[in-house]
Amino acid sequence: MAGVLVFCEVKDGKIKKASREALSIGRKLAESAGGDLVAIANDKSVAEEAGRYGAKKLFAAGVTQYSTEAWTSAIKQACDEVKPVVLLFGGTSNGRDLAPRVAARLDAGVASDVDQLSWNDGKLRARRPVYSGKAFATVDVTGTPAIATTRPNAFPAEEAGGAAAEVADVNASMDSKAKLLETKAPEAGELTIAEADIIVSGGRGLKEAQNFSLIKDLAHAIGGAVGASRATVDAGWIDHQHQVGQTGRVVSPNLYIAAGISGAIQHLAGMSSSKHIIAINKDPEAPIFRVADLGVVGDLFTVLPALTEEVKKAKAHH
Amino acid sequence: MNSVVCISHVPDTESRIKVSGDGRHIDEAGLKFIVSPYDEFALEEAIRLKEKNGGDVTVVTYGPERAAQALRECLARGATKALHIKGESADADALGIAKVLAAAIRSVPHDIVFFGKQGVGTDNGLVGPMTAELLGYPQVNVVTHLEVADGKLTASREIEGAEEVIEAPLPAVITAQKGLNEPRYASLKGIMAAKKIAIDTKSVADLGLDESNILNQRVVFVSLQLPPEKAGGRKIDASDPAAAAQEIIKFIREEAKAL
Ligand SMILES: Cc1cc2nc3c(=O)[nH]c(=O)nc-3n(C[C@H](O)[C@H](O)[C@H](O)COP(=O)(O)OP(=O)(O)OC[C@H]3O[C@@H](n4cnc5c(N)ncnc54)[C@H](O)[C@@H]3O)c2cc1C
Ligand SMILES: Nc1ncnc2c1ncn2[C@@H]1O[C@H](COP(=O)(O)O)[C@@H](O)[C@H]1O
Repeated sequence: MAGVLVFCEVKDGKIKKASREALSIGRKLAESAGGDLVAIANDKSVAEEAGRYGAKKLFAAGVTQYSTEAWTSAIKQACDEVKPVVLLFGGTSNGRDLAPRVAARLDAGVASDVDQLSWNDGKLRARRPVYSGKAFATVDVTGTPAIATTRPNAFPAEEAGGAAAEVADVNASMDSKAKLLETKAPEAGELTIAEADIIVSGGRGLKEAQNFSLIKDLAHAIGGAVGASRATVDAGWIDHQHQVGQTGRVVSPNLYIAAGISGAIQHLAGMSSSKHIIAINKDPEAPIFRVADLGVVGDLFTVLPALTEEVKKAKAHH
Repeated sequence: MNSVVCISHVPDTESRIKVSGDGRHIDEAGLKFIVSPYDEFALEEAIRLKEKNGGDVTVVTYGPERAAQALRECLARGATKALHIKGESADADALGIAKVLAAAIRSVPHDIVFFGKQGVGTDNGLVGPMTAELLGYPQVNVVTHLEVADGKLTASREIEGAEEVIEAPLPAVITAQKGLNEPRYASLKGIMAAKKIAIDTKSVADLGLDESNILNQRVVFVSLQLPPEKAGGRKIDASDPAAAAQEIIKFIREEAKAL
Protein backbone atom coordinates (compact mmCIF):
# COMPACT_ATOMS: atom_id res chain seq x y z
CA MET A 1 0.00 0.00 0.00
CA ALA A 2 2.80 2.46 0.88
CA GLY A 3 2.05 5.98 2.06
CA VAL A 4 2.68 7.61 5.41
CA LEU A 5 2.12 6.06 8.86
CA VAL A 6 1.75 8.30 11.91
CA PHE A 7 1.95 7.22 15.55
CA CYS A 8 -0.90 8.99 17.40
CA GLU A 9 -1.08 9.51 21.12
CA VAL A 10 -4.47 9.93 22.69
CA LYS A 11 -5.29 11.85 25.84
CA ASP A 12 -8.77 12.25 27.31
CA GLY A 13 -10.30 10.71 24.18
CA LYS A 14 -8.59 13.15 21.81
CA ILE A 15 -5.49 12.96 19.64
CA LYS A 16 -2.68 14.95 21.26
CA LYS A 17 -1.64 18.18 19.59
CA ALA A 18 1.85 16.90 18.71
CA SER A 19 0.26 13.91 16.96
CA ARG A 20 -2.22 16.13 15.10
CA GLU A 21 0.74 18.19 13.89
CA ALA A 22 2.47 15.02 12.69
CA LEU A 23 -0.74 13.90 10.94
CA SER A 24 -1.01 17.27 9.19
CA ILE A 25 2.50 17.24 7.73
CA GLY A 26 2.11 13.48 7.12
CA ARG A 27 -0.89 14.19 4.90
CA LYS A 28 1.16 16.61 2.79
CA LEU A 29 4.00 14.11 2.47
CA ALA A 30 1.55 11.38 1.43
CA GLU A 31 0.23 13.69 -1.28
CA SER A 32 3.73 14.12 -2.76
CA ALA A 33 4.99 10.59 -2.15
CA GLY A 34 1.79 8.83 -3.19
CA GLY A 35 -0.26 6.49 -1.02
CA ASP A 36 -2.55 7.03 1.92
CA LEU A 37 -2.16 8.62 5.29
CA VAL A 38 -2.54 5.92 7.94
CA ALA A 39 -2.64 6.38 11.71
CA ILE A 40 -1.91 4.02 14.58
CA ALA A 41 -3.38 4.75 18.01
CA ASN A 42 -4.13 2.74 21.12
CA ASP A 43 -7.83 2.35 20.40
CA LYS A 44 -10.36 2.99 17.67
CA SER A 45 -12.24 5.76 19.47
CA VAL A 46 -10.30 8.43 17.56
CA ALA A 47 -11.15 7.08 14.07
CA GLU A 48 -13.35 10.07 13.34
CA GLU A 49 -10.82 12.65 14.50
CA ALA A 50 -7.98 10.91 12.59
CA GLY A 51 -10.24 10.97 9.51
CA ARG A 52 -10.70 14.70 9.82
CA TYR A 53 -6.92 15.06 9.63
CA GLY A 54 -6.91 13.00 6.45
CA ALA A 55 -6.17 9.49 7.74
CA LYS A 56 -7.83 6.84 5.56
CA LYS A 57 -7.08 4.03 7.95
CA LEU A 58 -6.52 3.69 11.68
CA PHE A 59 -4.73 0.77 13.27
CA ALA A 60 -6.00 0.13 16.78
CA ALA A 61 -2.96 -1.21 18.61
CA GLY A 62 -4.74 -2.12 21.83
CA VAL A 63 -1.78 -0.99 23.94
CA THR A 64 -3.68 0.67 26.76
CA GLN A 65 -0.75 1.60 28.98
CA TYR A 66 2.35 3.06 27.35
CA SER A 67 5.04 0.43 26.90
CA THR A 68 8.07 0.85 24.64
CA GLU A 69 8.33 -2.81 23.80
CA ALA A 70 4.62 -3.45 23.13
CA TRP A 71 4.35 -0.31 20.99
CA THR A 72 7.46 -1.27 19.04
CA SER A 73 5.87 -4.62 18.14
CA ALA A 74 2.59 -2.95 17.19
CA ILE A 75 4.23 -0.38 14.93
CA LYS A 76 6.46 -3.03 13.36
CA GLN A 77 3.35 -5.04 12.52
CA ALA A 78 1.54 -2.03 11.03
CA CYS A 79 4.66 -1.28 8.95
CA ASP A 80 4.75 -4.86 7.68
CA GLU A 81 1.17 -4.42 6.42
CA VAL A 82 1.28 -0.85 5.11
CA LYS A 83 4.93 -0.72 3.99
CA PRO A 84 4.94 3.06 4.50
CA VAL A 85 7.64 5.16 2.85
CA VAL A 86 7.50 7.59 5.78
CA LEU A 87 6.84 6.93 9.47
CA LEU A 88 6.24 9.94 11.74
CA PHE A 89 6.12 10.47 15.49
CA GLY A 90 5.10 13.71 17.20
CA GLY A 91 7.96 14.90 19.39
CA THR A 92 6.49 13.99 22.76
CA SER A 93 8.30 11.99 25.44
CA ASN A 94 6.75 8.79 24.16
CA GLY A 95 7.32 9.63 20.51
CA ARG A 96 10.99 10.27 21.19
CA ASP A 97 11.23 7.08 23.25
CA LEU A 98 9.68 4.99 20.52
CA ALA A 99 11.08 6.32 17.24
CA PRO A 100 14.68 5.14 17.77
CA ARG A 101 13.58 1.75 19.09
CA VAL A 102 11.31 1.16 16.09
CA ALA A 103 14.04 2.42 13.75
CA ALA A 104 16.55 -0.11 15.07
CA ARG A 105 13.99 -2.90 14.68
CA LEU A 106 13.28 -1.88 11.07
CA ASP A 107 16.93 -1.03 10.30
CA ALA A 108 15.77 2.44 9.27
CA GLY A 109 17.12 5.97 9.67
CA VAL A 110 15.60 8.69 11.84
CA ALA A 111 15.76 12.48 11.72
CA SER A 112 14.72 13.68 15.15
CA ASP A 113 13.10 16.90 16.27
CA VAL A 114 12.67 18.22 12.73
CA ASP A 115 11.10 21.59 11.93
CA GLN A 116 10.82 21.17 8.14
CA LEU A 117 9.95 18.12 6.07
CA SER A 118 9.54 17.55 2.36
CA TRP A 119 9.42 14.69 -0.08
CA ASN A 120 12.29 15.26 -2.44
CA ASP A 121 13.34 13.00 -5.28
CA GLY A 122 12.06 9.84 -3.61
CA LYS A 123 13.65 10.77 -0.31
CA LEU A 124 12.51 12.39 2.90
CA ARG A 125 14.36 15.65 3.33
CA ALA A 126 14.39 17.07 6.85
CA ARG A 127 15.74 20.16 8.50
CA ARG A 128 16.66 19.90 12.16
CA PRO A 129 18.11 22.37 14.63
CA VAL A 130 21.45 21.13 15.97
CA TYR A 131 23.80 22.56 18.60
CA SER A 132 20.59 23.62 20.35
CA GLY A 133 19.55 25.86 17.51
CA LYS A 134 22.96 27.43 16.90
CA ALA A 135 22.86 25.71 13.49
CA PHE A 136 20.46 23.85 11.22
CA ALA A 137 21.30 20.55 9.56
CA THR A 138 19.56 19.43 6.39
CA VAL A 139 19.53 15.66 6.04
CA ASP A 140 18.09 13.08 3.66
CA VAL A 141 16.61 10.04 5.31
CA THR A 142 17.21 7.26 2.83
CA GLY A 143 15.84 3.75 3.04
CA THR A 144 12.33 2.63 3.89
CA PRO A 145 10.58 3.71 5.91
CA ALA A 146 12.17 7.11 6.46
CA ILE A 147 11.43 8.03 10.08
CA ALA A 148 11.14 11.46 11.67
CA THR A 149 10.01 12.93 14.96
CA THR A 150 8.41 16.34 14.57
CA ARG A 151 9.27 19.30 16.77
CA PRO A 152 6.19 20.51 18.69
CA ASN A 153 4.75 23.76 17.26
CA ALA A 154 6.80 23.56 14.04
CA PHE A 155 3.99 22.16 11.87
CA PRO A 156 0.49 23.64 12.12
CA ALA A 157 -2.29 21.14 12.90
CA GLU A 158 -4.79 21.49 10.04
CA GLU A 159 -7.92 19.45 9.51
CA ALA A 160 -8.65 18.25 5.99
CA GLY A 161 -12.27 17.30 6.59
CA GLY A 162 -12.15 13.61 5.66
CA ALA A 163 -14.56 10.85 6.69
CA ALA A 164 -13.84 8.61 9.67
CA ALA A 165 -10.78 6.42 9.15
CA GLU A 166 -11.45 2.76 8.48
CA VAL A 167 -10.42 0.76 11.56
CA ALA A 168 -8.09 -2.24 11.50
CA ASP A 169 -6.78 -4.26 14.42
CA VAL A 170 -3.18 -5.01 15.21
CA ASN A 171 -2.43 -8.23 17.02
CA ALA A 172 1.01 -7.45 18.29
CA SER A 173 2.81 -9.06 21.19
CA MET A 174 2.07 -7.26 24.45
CA ASP A 175 5.15 -8.81 26.07
CA SER A 176 7.37 -6.33 27.79
CA LYS A 177 10.37 -6.78 30.04
CA ALA A 178 9.95 -3.25 31.38
CA LYS A 179 6.82 -2.74 33.48
CA LEU A 180 5.12 0.52 34.39
CA LEU A 181 4.59 0.52 38.17
CA GLU A 182 2.98 3.93 38.60
CA THR A 183 2.50 7.36 37.07
CA LYS A 184 2.97 10.33 39.36
CA ALA A 185 0.41 12.84 38.18
CA PRO A 186 1.41 16.34 37.12
CA GLU A 187 0.57 19.37 39.20
CA ALA A 188 -3.06 20.11 38.36
CA GLY A 189 -3.59 22.71 35.66
CA GLU A 190 0.12 23.18 34.90
CA LEU A 191 0.93 23.51 31.22
CA THR A 192 4.22 21.97 30.14
CA ILE A 193 6.75 24.04 28.22
CA ALA A 194 7.29 21.36 25.58
CA GLU A 195 3.99 21.96 23.82
CA ALA A 196 2.94 25.40 25.01
CA ASP A 197 2.12 28.22 22.57
CA ILE A 198 3.13 30.84 25.11
CA ILE A 199 5.94 30.58 27.67
CA VAL A 200 6.71 33.09 30.41
CA SER A 201 10.20 32.50 31.82
CA GLY A 202 11.96 33.88 34.86
CA GLY A 203 15.65 34.22 35.68
CA ARG A 204 17.92 35.20 38.52
CA GLY A 205 16.60 38.75 38.26
CA LEU A 206 13.63 37.50 40.31
CA LYS A 207 16.00 37.58 43.30
CA GLU A 208 14.29 34.82 45.30
CA ALA A 209 12.14 31.72 44.95
CA GLN A 210 8.87 33.27 46.12
CA ASN A 211 9.03 35.92 43.39
CA PHE A 212 8.39 33.24 40.80
CA SER A 213 4.77 34.02 41.65
CA LEU A 214 5.16 37.08 39.38
CA ILE A 215 5.98 34.75 36.47
CA LYS A 216 3.25 32.28 37.39
CA ASP A 217 0.61 35.02 37.68
CA LEU A 218 1.38 36.31 34.19
CA ALA A 219 1.55 32.77 32.76
CA HIS A 220 -1.84 31.89 34.22
CA ALA A 221 -3.41 35.15 33.08
CA ILE A 222 -2.20 34.77 29.50
CA GLY A 223 -2.69 30.99 29.32
CA GLY A 224 0.96 30.07 29.04
CA ALA A 225 3.48 27.74 30.62
CA VAL A 226 6.16 28.69 33.15
CA GLY A 227 9.77 28.53 31.99
CA ALA A 228 13.03 29.18 33.84
CA SER A 229 16.73 29.77 33.36
CA ARG A 230 19.19 27.24 34.68
CA ALA A 231 20.41 29.64 37.36
CA THR A 232 16.96 29.55 39.02
CA VAL A 233 16.70 25.77 38.69
CA ASP A 234 20.16 25.31 40.21
CA ALA A 235 19.16 27.64 43.03
CA GLY A 236 16.20 25.37 43.74
CA TRP A 237 13.61 28.06 43.04
CA ILE A 238 11.76 25.90 40.55
CA ASP A 239 11.73 22.34 39.25
CA HIS A 240 14.05 21.30 36.43
CA GLN A 241 11.07 20.40 34.18
CA HIS A 242 10.74 24.14 33.61
CA GLN A 243 14.32 24.74 32.46
CA VAL A 244 14.72 26.19 28.98
CA GLY A 245 18.04 25.89 27.19
CA GLN A 246 20.79 23.66 26.03
CA THR A 247 20.57 21.36 29.04
CA GLY A 248 16.85 21.93 29.54
CA ARG A 249 14.14 21.93 26.91
CA VAL A 250 14.59 23.49 23.51
CA VAL A 251 11.30 25.26 22.84
CA SER A 252 9.78 27.20 19.95
CA PRO A 253 6.48 28.68 21.11
CA ASN A 254 4.63 31.44 19.31
CA LEU A 255 5.42 33.83 22.15
CA TYR A 256 8.32 33.71 24.63
CA ILE A 257 8.50 36.26 27.42
CA ALA A 258 11.81 36.35 29.35
CA ALA A 259 12.02 38.38 32.55
CA GLY A 260 15.22 38.82 34.53
CA ILE A 261 17.15 36.50 32.23
CA SER A 262 20.51 37.73 30.93
CA GLY A 263 20.51 35.61 27.77
CA ALA A 264 23.55 33.34 28.19
CA ILE A 265 24.38 31.39 25.04
CA GLN A 266 23.02 28.17 26.58
CA HIS A 267 19.69 29.86 27.32
CA LEU A 268 19.44 31.51 23.89
CA ALA A 269 20.11 28.12 22.33
CA GLY A 270 16.89 26.84 23.88
CA MET A 271 14.51 29.63 22.93
CA SER A 272 15.82 31.78 20.07
CA SER A 273 13.70 29.90 17.51
CA SER A 274 10.54 31.16 19.27
CA LYS A 275 8.38 33.08 16.83
CA HIS A 276 7.97 36.21 18.96
CA ILE A 277 10.24 37.14 21.84
CA ILE A 278 9.73 39.78 24.52
CA ALA A 279 12.55 40.42 26.99
CA ILE A 280 12.25 42.39 30.21
CA ASN A 281 15.59 43.29 31.76
CA LYS A 282 16.91 46.30 33.64
CA ASP A 283 20.30 46.09 31.92
CA PRO A 284 20.04 47.67 28.42
CA GLU A 285 23.17 45.74 27.38
CA ALA A 286 21.80 42.29 28.36
CA PRO A 287 22.46 39.79 25.53
CA ILE A 288 18.83 38.64 25.62
CA PHE A 289 17.94 41.87 23.78
CA ARG A 290 19.84 40.63 20.73
CA VAL A 291 17.16 38.01 20.06
CA ALA A 292 14.18 39.96 21.39
CA ASP A 293 11.61 41.40 18.97
CA LEU A 294 10.47 43.68 21.75
CA GLY A 295 13.02 44.66 24.40
CA VAL A 296 11.64 46.22 27.56
CA VAL A 297 14.34 47.98 29.55
CA GLY A 298 13.11 48.23 33.10
CA ASP A 299 12.40 46.66 36.47
CA LEU A 300 10.54 43.36 36.26
CA PHE A 301 9.07 44.00 39.73
CA THR A 302 7.01 46.86 38.33
CA VAL A 303 6.58 45.73 34.71
CA LEU A 304 5.32 42.18 35.37
CA PRO A 305 2.43 43.14 37.72
CA ALA A 306 1.38 45.96 35.35
CA LEU A 307 1.47 43.58 32.39
CA THR A 308 -0.50 40.89 34.24
CA GLU A 309 -3.20 43.49 35.01
CA GLU A 310 -3.37 44.56 31.35
CA VAL A 311 -3.61 40.93 30.20
CA LYS A 312 -6.47 40.29 32.62
CA LYS A 313 -8.26 43.39 31.32
CA ALA A 314 -7.71 42.37 27.71
CA LYS A 315 -9.05 38.88 28.40
CA ALA A 316 -12.07 40.28 30.24
CA HIS A 317 -13.10 42.21 27.13
CA HIS A 318 -13.40 39.01 25.12
CA MET B 1 27.68 -5.18 39.26
CA ASN B 2 29.34 -4.07 36.02
CA SER B 3 28.29 -0.95 34.15
CA VAL B 4 29.08 0.37 30.71
CA VAL B 5 28.71 4.09 30.04
CA CYS B 6 28.64 5.39 26.46
CA ILE B 7 30.36 8.73 26.23
CA SER B 8 30.17 11.24 23.41
CA HIS B 9 32.76 13.96 23.02
CA VAL B 10 31.06 17.21 21.99
CA PRO B 11 31.91 20.90 21.52
CA ASP B 12 31.71 22.91 24.73
CA THR B 13 28.24 24.42 25.14
CA GLU B 14 29.83 27.91 25.09
CA SER B 15 31.15 27.32 21.55
CA ARG B 16 30.27 29.50 18.61
CA ILE B 17 29.52 27.12 15.78
CA LYS B 18 31.18 27.64 12.38
CA VAL B 19 30.49 25.63 9.24
CA SER B 20 33.41 23.70 7.76
CA GLY B 21 34.61 24.05 4.16
CA ASP B 22 32.53 21.09 2.94
CA GLY B 23 29.35 22.85 4.10
CA ARG B 24 28.14 19.75 5.92
CA HIS B 25 29.98 19.63 9.23
CA ILE B 26 31.14 22.00 11.92
CA ASP B 27 34.58 23.50 11.75
CA GLU B 28 36.40 21.84 14.66
CA ALA B 29 39.39 24.19 14.52
CA GLY B 30 39.82 25.97 17.85
CA LEU B 31 36.81 24.28 19.45
CA LYS B 32 37.10 22.92 22.95
CA PHE B 33 35.53 19.48 23.36
CA ILE B 34 33.95 18.16 26.53
CA VAL B 35 32.16 15.06 27.83
CA SER B 36 28.55 15.59 26.75
CA PRO B 37 26.72 17.05 29.79
CA TYR B 38 24.06 14.31 30.03
CA ASP B 39 26.76 11.64 29.84
CA GLU B 40 28.19 13.10 33.03
CA PHE B 41 24.99 12.16 34.87
CA ALA B 42 25.22 8.67 33.35
CA LEU B 43 28.84 8.28 34.47
CA GLU B 44 28.15 9.55 37.98
CA GLU B 45 25.32 7.07 38.45
CA ALA B 46 27.53 4.18 37.29
CA ILE B 47 30.33 5.23 39.66
CA ARG B 48 27.85 5.34 42.56
CA LEU B 49 26.63 1.82 41.70
CA LYS B 50 30.23 0.61 41.71
CA GLU B 51 30.94 2.28 45.04
CA LYS B 52 27.92 0.49 46.52
CA ASN B 53 28.19 -2.92 44.85
CA GLY B 54 31.72 -3.24 43.47
CA GLY B 55 32.45 -4.23 39.86
CA ASP B 56 33.70 -2.23 36.92
CA VAL B 57 32.63 0.96 35.17
CA THR B 58 33.72 0.74 31.54
CA VAL B 59 33.46 3.94 29.50
CA VAL B 60 33.12 3.51 25.74
CA THR B 61 33.36 6.04 22.97
CA TYR B 62 33.25 5.77 19.19
CA GLY B 63 35.09 8.68 17.63
CA PRO B 64 38.31 10.13 16.27
CA GLU B 65 41.65 10.43 18.06
CA ARG B 66 40.56 13.40 20.21
CA ALA B 67 37.72 11.36 21.82
CA ALA B 68 40.35 9.60 23.97
CA GLN B 69 40.47 12.82 26.04
CA ALA B 70 36.85 12.25 27.06
CA LEU B 71 37.71 8.76 28.28
CA ARG B 72 40.69 10.12 30.27
CA GLU B 73 38.38 12.62 31.94
CA CYS B 74 35.94 9.81 32.88
CA LEU B 75 38.74 7.64 34.26
CA ALA B 76 39.87 10.56 36.40
CA ARG B 77 36.36 10.83 37.83
CA GLY B 78 36.22 7.15 38.75
CA ALA B 79 35.59 4.91 35.74
CA THR B 80 37.77 1.79 35.96
CA LYS B 81 38.14 0.76 32.29
CA ALA B 82 38.01 2.53 28.95
CA LEU B 83 37.38 1.36 25.41
CA HIS B 84 37.99 3.64 22.44
CA ILE B 85 36.52 2.55 19.13
CA LYS B 86 38.36 4.71 16.67
CA GLY B 87 36.51 6.01 13.65
CA GLU B 88 35.02 8.95 11.84
CA SER B 89 31.82 9.09 13.83
CA ALA B 90 31.00 12.56 12.41
CA ASP B 91 29.75 10.87 9.24
CA ALA B 92 27.89 8.09 11.01
CA ASP B 93 24.15 8.25 11.54
CA ALA B 94 22.69 7.33 14.93
CA LEU B 95 21.89 3.74 13.93
CA GLY B 96 25.44 3.30 12.64
CA ILE B 97 26.82 4.54 15.96
CA ALA B 98 24.39 2.26 17.84
CA LYS B 99 25.63 -0.75 15.85
CA VAL B 100 29.24 0.04 16.75
CA LEU B 101 28.36 0.58 20.41
CA ALA B 102 26.21 -2.58 20.62
CA ALA B 103 29.15 -4.64 19.35
CA ALA B 104 31.53 -2.87 21.74
CA ILE B 105 29.18 -3.41 24.71
CA ARG B 106 28.86 -7.13 23.90
CA SER B 107 32.66 -7.38 24.19
CA VAL B 108 32.73 -6.28 27.85
CA PRO B 109 30.96 -7.71 30.93
CA HIS B 110 27.93 -5.63 31.88
CA ASP B 111 24.70 -5.69 33.87
CA ILE B 112 23.53 -2.20 33.03
CA VAL B 113 24.31 0.18 30.16
CA PHE B 114 24.13 3.95 30.55
CA PHE B 115 23.70 6.68 27.94
CA GLY B 116 22.95 10.37 28.07
CA LYS B 117 19.36 11.20 27.09
CA GLN B 118 20.90 13.09 24.17
CA GLY B 119 24.28 14.14 22.90
CA VAL B 120 24.61 17.89 23.26
CA GLY B 121 25.16 19.14 19.72
CA THR B 122 23.66 16.34 17.63
CA ASP B 123 20.61 16.72 19.87
CA ASN B 124 19.35 13.41 18.49
CA GLY B 125 18.29 11.43 21.53
CA LEU B 126 18.47 8.31 19.39
CA VAL B 127 21.55 6.25 20.16
CA GLY B 128 20.47 4.91 23.60
CA PRO B 129 17.12 3.35 22.62
CA MET B 130 18.57 2.12 19.30
CA THR B 131 21.35 0.30 21.13
CA ALA B 132 18.82 -1.14 23.60
CA GLU B 133 16.85 -2.62 20.71
CA LEU B 134 19.97 -4.04 19.02
CA LEU B 135 20.96 -5.70 22.31
CA GLY B 136 17.39 -6.85 23.00
CA TYR B 137 17.37 -5.12 26.39
CA PRO B 138 14.55 -3.17 28.03
CA GLN B 139 15.10 0.58 28.16
CA VAL B 140 14.11 3.38 30.47
CA ASN B 141 14.56 6.72 28.74
CA VAL B 142 15.12 10.16 30.35
CA VAL B 143 15.73 8.87 33.87
CA THR B 144 15.80 11.15 36.92
CA HIS B 145 15.99 8.52 39.67
CA LEU B 146 17.42 5.01 39.72
CA GLU B 147 17.60 2.10 42.12
CA VAL B 148 19.24 -1.22 41.33
CA ALA B 149 18.87 -4.36 43.45
CA ASP B 150 18.24 -8.10 43.10
CA GLY B 151 18.86 -8.28 39.36
CA LYS B 152 16.40 -5.55 38.49
CA LEU B 153 16.11 -1.81 38.39
CA THR B 154 13.44 0.68 39.29
CA ALA B 155 13.71 3.98 37.46
CA SER B 156 11.72 7.22 37.29
CA ARG B 157 11.24 8.48 33.77
CA GLU B 158 10.35 12.09 32.99
CA ILE B 159 7.36 12.59 30.70
CA GLU B 160 5.36 15.76 29.97
CA GLY B 161 4.84 17.31 33.37
CA ALA B 162 4.68 13.92 35.10
CA GLU B 163 6.82 10.99 36.08
CA GLU B 164 6.58 7.26 35.41
CA VAL B 165 8.10 4.64 37.67
CA ILE B 166 9.29 1.65 35.64
CA GLU B 167 10.72 -1.69 36.70
CA ALA B 168 12.92 -3.79 34.42
CA PRO B 169 15.13 -6.88 34.75
CA LEU B 170 18.88 -6.55 34.10
CA PRO B 171 20.62 -6.24 31.76
CA ALA B 172 18.92 -3.00 30.79
CA VAL B 173 19.59 0.38 29.19
CA ILE B 174 19.17 3.70 30.99
CA THR B 175 19.40 7.16 29.44
CA ALA B 176 20.29 9.83 31.97
CA GLN B 177 18.52 13.15 32.46
CA LYS B 178 19.60 16.13 34.53
CA GLY B 179 18.40 15.66 38.10
CA LEU B 180 19.59 12.03 38.32
CA ASN B 181 22.52 13.12 40.50
CA GLU B 182 25.15 15.82 40.98
CA PRO B 183 28.24 14.75 38.99
CA ARG B 184 31.55 14.94 40.86
CA TYR B 185 34.68 16.62 39.59
CA ALA B 186 37.89 14.73 39.05
CA SER B 187 40.14 14.75 42.13
CA LEU B 188 43.90 15.09 41.89
CA LYS B 189 44.19 11.54 43.20
CA GLY B 190 41.76 10.40 40.52
CA ILE B 191 43.73 12.13 37.81
CA MET B 192 46.93 10.43 38.97
CA ALA B 193 45.27 7.01 39.27
CA ALA B 194 43.71 7.39 35.81
CA LYS B 195 47.12 7.83 34.24
CA LYS B 196 47.94 4.23 35.16
CA ILE B 197 44.91 2.83 33.31
CA ALA B 198 45.49 1.97 29.65
CA ILE B 199 42.74 2.82 27.20
CA ASP B 200 41.83 -0.21 25.13
CA THR B 201 41.73 0.93 21.49
CA LYS B 202 39.96 -0.94 18.70
CA SER B 203 38.88 -0.27 15.15
CA VAL B 204 35.36 -0.83 13.86
CA ALA B 205 36.75 -3.78 11.88
CA ASP B 206 38.08 -5.32 15.12
CA LEU B 207 34.43 -5.54 16.24
CA GLY B 208 33.60 -7.49 13.09
CA LEU B 209 31.81 -4.57 11.42
CA ASP B 210 32.45 -2.84 8.11
CA GLU B 211 32.76 0.92 8.65
CA SER B 212 31.55 1.67 5.11
CA ASN B 213 28.24 0.15 6.21
CA ILE B 214 28.14 2.53 9.15
CA LEU B 215 28.90 5.90 7.60
CA ASN B 216 26.14 7.98 6.00
CA GLN B 217 23.92 4.97 5.50
CA ARG B 218 20.37 5.83 6.41
CA VAL B 219 20.68 9.50 7.17
CA VAL B 220 22.80 11.50 4.75
CA PHE B 221 24.05 14.91 5.83
CA VAL B 222 23.24 17.35 3.04
CA SER B 223 24.21 20.70 4.53
CA LEU B 224 24.75 22.66 7.70
CA GLN B 225 23.61 26.26 7.97
CA LEU B 226 23.77 28.98 10.56
CA PRO B 227 20.49 30.67 11.43
CA PRO B 228 20.07 34.21 10.10
CA GLU B 229 21.51 36.65 12.61
CA LYS B 230 18.66 38.36 14.43
CA ALA B 231 19.09 42.10 14.25
CA GLY B 232 17.46 42.64 17.62
CA GLY B 233 14.12 44.31 17.64
CA ARG B 234 12.63 47.43 19.03
CA LYS B 235 13.56 48.57 22.56
CA ILE B 236 11.30 50.49 24.87
CA ASP B 237 11.96 52.18 28.17
CA ALA B 238 9.80 51.00 31.07
CA SER B 239 10.33 53.77 33.59
CA ASP B 240 6.56 54.18 33.31
CA PRO B 241 5.49 50.54 33.85
CA ALA B 242 1.82 51.12 32.97
CA ALA B 243 2.70 52.68 29.62
CA ALA B 244 5.22 49.92 28.93
CA ALA B 245 2.59 47.29 29.76
CA GLN B 246 0.26 48.84 27.17
CA GLU B 247 3.00 48.73 24.54
CA ILE B 248 3.69 45.09 25.36
CA ILE B 249 -0.03 44.25 25.08
CA LYS B 250 -0.10 45.94 21.69
CA PHE B 251 2.82 43.81 20.53
CA ILE B 252 1.23 40.62 21.87
CA ARG B 253 -2.08 41.43 20.19
CA GLU B 254 -0.90 42.79 16.86
CA GLU B 255 2.35 40.97 16.16
CA ALA B 256 2.19 37.70 18.09
CA LYS B 257 -1.64 37.62 17.69
CA ALA B 258 -1.73 35.87 21.04
CA LEU B 259 -4.51 37.78 22.78
C1 LIG C 1 27.17 23.15 30.32
C2 LIG C 1 26.23 24.28 30.62
C3 LIG C 1 24.89 24.15 30.28
C4 LIG C 1 23.99 25.19 30.55
N1 LIG C 1 22.68 25.02 30.20
C5 LIG C 1 21.80 26.03 30.45
C6 LIG C 1 20.41 25.90 30.07
O1 LIG C 1 19.97 24.87 29.56
N2 LIG C 1 19.58 26.93 30.33
C7 LIG C 1 20.01 28.10 30.91
O2 LIG C 1 19.17 28.99 31.11
N3 LIG C 1 21.30 28.23 31.28
C8 LIG C 1 22.19 27.22 31.08
N4 LIG C 1 23.49 27.37 31.49
C9 LIG C 1 23.81 28.51 32.38
C10 LIG C 1 24.05 29.82 31.68
O3 LIG C 1 25.40 29.88 31.28
C11 LIG C 1 23.73 31.01 32.62
O4 LIG C 1 24.52 30.88 33.78
C12 LIG C 1 22.27 31.12 33.05
O5 LIG C 1 21.41 31.00 31.92
C13 LIG C 1 22.04 32.44 33.74
O6 LIG C 1 20.72 32.52 34.23
P1 LIG C 1 19.99 33.93 34.42
O7 LIG C 1 19.90 34.62 33.11
O8 LIG C 1 18.71 33.64 35.13
O9 LIG C 1 20.93 34.67 35.44
P2 LIG C 1 21.93 35.90 35.26
O10 LIG C 1 22.87 35.65 34.17
O11 LIG C 1 22.45 36.19 36.61
O12 LIG C 1 20.99 37.08 34.76
C14 LIG C 1 20.08 37.76 35.57
C15 LIG C 1 19.54 38.92 34.77
O13 LIG C 1 18.49 39.56 35.49
C16 LIG C 1 18.57 40.95 35.27
N5 LIG C 1 17.90 41.63 36.39
C17 LIG C 1 18.29 41.67 37.68
N6 LIG C 1 17.39 42.34 38.41
C18 LIG C 1 16.39 42.71 37.58
C19 LIG C 1 15.18 43.44 37.75
N7 LIG C 1 14.79 43.90 38.94
N8 LIG C 1 14.41 43.66 36.66
C20 LIG C 1 14.79 43.22 35.43
N9 LIG C 1 15.92 42.52 35.22
C21 LIG C 1 16.72 42.26 36.29
C22 LIG C 1 20.05 41.24 35.19
O14 LIG C 1 20.28 42.44 34.45
C23 LIG C 1 20.57 40.01 34.48
O15 LIG C 1 20.63 40.22 33.06
C24 LIG C 1 24.41 26.37 31.20
C25 LIG C 1 25.76 26.50 31.54
C26 LIG C 1 26.66 25.49 31.24
C27 LIG C 1 28.11 25.69 31.60
N1 LIG D 1 30.04 8.35 19.19
C1 LIG D 1 29.55 7.97 20.37
N2 LIG D 1 30.28 7.21 21.23
C2 LIG D 1 29.79 6.81 22.42
N3 LIG D 1 28.55 7.10 22.84
C3 LIG D 1 27.77 7.86 22.04
C4 LIG D 1 28.22 8.33 20.78
N4 LIG D 1 27.22 9.06 20.22
C5 LIG D 1 26.20 9.04 21.10
N5 LIG D 1 26.52 8.32 22.20
C6 LIG D 1 25.67 8.06 23.39
O1 LIG D 1 24.32 8.18 23.01
C7 LIG D 1 23.69 9.25 23.73
C8 LIG D 1 22.66 9.92 22.84
O2 LIG D 1 23.27 10.53 21.72
P1 LIG D 1 22.44 11.11 20.51
O3 LIG D 1 21.52 10.03 20.03
O4 LIG D 1 23.46 11.51 19.49
O5 LIG D 1 21.68 12.29 21.05
C9 LIG D 1 24.83 10.12 24.19
O6 LIG D 1 24.47 10.86 25.34
C10 LIG D 1 25.91 9.08 24.49
O7 LIG D 1 25.66 8.43 25.74
